[in-house]
Amino acid sequence: MKYNIFSLARNARTYHQDWTRAWRSPEPKPEYEAIIVGGGGHGLATAYYLAKECGVRSVAVLEKGWLGGGNTGRNTTIVRSNYLWDESAAIYEHSVKLWEGLSQDLNFNVMFSQRGLLHLAHTVHDLQEIGRRGHAIWLNGIDSEFLDVDQVREMVPLMNVNGRYPVLGALLQRRGGTARHDAVAWGYARKADEMGVDIIQNCAVTGFDIQNGVVKGVETTRGRIAAKKVGVVAAGHSSVLAEIAGFRMPLESVPLQALVSEPVKPCIDTVIMSNAVHVYLSQSDKGELVVGAGSDAYISYAQRGGFDVLEHIMGPLVELFPFVSRLRMLRQWGGIVDVTVDRSPILSKTPVENLFFNCGWGTGGFKCTPGSGHVFAHSIANGEMHPIAAPFSIDRFHTGALIDEGAAAAVAH
Amino acid sequence: MLQITCPWCGPRDAVEFHCHGEAHIARPEKPHEISDAEWGDYIFFRKNPKGVHFERWTHDAGCRRWFNAIRNTVTDAFIATYAPTDPIPEIPTDDQGDA
Repeated sequence: MKYNIFSLARNARTYHQDWTRAWRSPEPKPEYEAIIVGGGGHGLATAYYLAKECGVRSVAVLEKGWLGGGNTGRNTTIVRSNYLWDESAAIYEHSVKLWEGLSQDLNFNVMFSQRGLLHLAHTVHDLQEIGRRGHAIWLNGIDSEFLDVDQVREMVPLMNVNGRYPVLGALLQRRGGTARHDAVAWGYARKADEMGVDIIQNCAVTGFDIQNGVVKGVETTRGRIAAKKVGVVAAGHSSVLAEIAGFRMPLESVPLQALVSEPVKPCIDTVIMSNAVHVYLSQSDKGELVVGAGSDAYISYAQRGGFDVLEHIMGPLVELFPFVSRLRMLRQWGGIVDVTVDRSPILSKTPVENLFFNCGWGTGGFKCTPGSGHVFAHSIANGEMHPIAAPFSIDRFHTGALIDEGAAAAVAH
Repeated sequence: MLQITCPWCGPRDAVEFHCHGEAHIARPEKPHEISDAEWGDYIFFRKNPKGVHFERWTHDAGCRRWFNAIRNTVTDAFIATYAPTDPIPEIPTDDQGDA
């Protein structure tokens, strides 16, 4: 059913009792053309673009829990493409361009709001870093502006720019912003389902059927499912699945925390990030302040994170925004993110033929949900990595051609 | 994981410590003889288990010494801590550590 003003009016007459479910819950078929392991945003986007653009309609998305219940529903919803290196600019900007038409494309309001995104500079080194990165971003044809402290104050009057680490300037990407994270998963799921993709929840992958170095299917908690191609998009659990498939991934899984305050009236109409004092902040459409904390400095699969990390985020937050000291924080949670040493993702073939991995998005995967899914779908369909995805091969950890985004990857590290 | 037992200082607040990743990684004996792939494995590839993990820690805000720890990455519970020169302790298979 297409969502529009007429379907809304029609359903209002029946007290909204007759809306059809946004996606089916089918039983798994014995065989598919392609299986996507992981029903988060990236996995669902991959399935969607496989069906829509690559003509691969026999697709199953296998999700061990519920749809979008992992990091897709746990991130701080920030979208931007202000990365240093050409390879990163290509994939993240590809994603931002897809974001700009996504609600229309999916016929689902993902509430993409290009409210601008500020990277604050507090030291001379910070100014030099944003200077270098800002100019690199320009050279890649992506919007980027330098603000002095007066312009920052004008844009965010509530910010205390004269704190212990005074704000000296900022890098602004006006096309950056936020989107509604759940809606992204739901929107992709609904459209993918409409084109025949089977979304199978509560179905954990427990093994891979590999014959002579070629993947033939997967073992799941709901039986064996055959597939010609398998794409693994499992975020924090990617290395666990890689180990089952018989190879290693250069990933470490750590908890990343976030928290939201009680809802207040609109007061912050942009996204603010500060690597130096280690905080980032935006306001959701419900009015909650969404605060991103850091990651724990040790491997963990416990989806909660250390208490000291929370303490570490509140100090600078209150210093930068003194009014927050009187707000209550309503919810806190953690997600398990898979971090690579160069803070760039891995989109790659693997030692097993027809088995593809899309992982290593670490602390910043949400922004690239459309872009990652798009290029990964094309890579799976063609059997060769898409040109935008090619530099993110796992081979770079053996050739040394790393894509070091430690500075642009922002607060969490 | 609110307290960690330093082999030298005993139980202390977890914020005094810092984790430095996987333990028991030996630098290749003959670096000039190994391939790029072996170098890459040595430098960039780490174990990332969902379960028991051997790792290096320092007691930064205490004795500042290094030690090794065995920790369960699902519960964040420590199973054992031991000095770098100690042999790796045997761990009972059912030991989930102290939370």
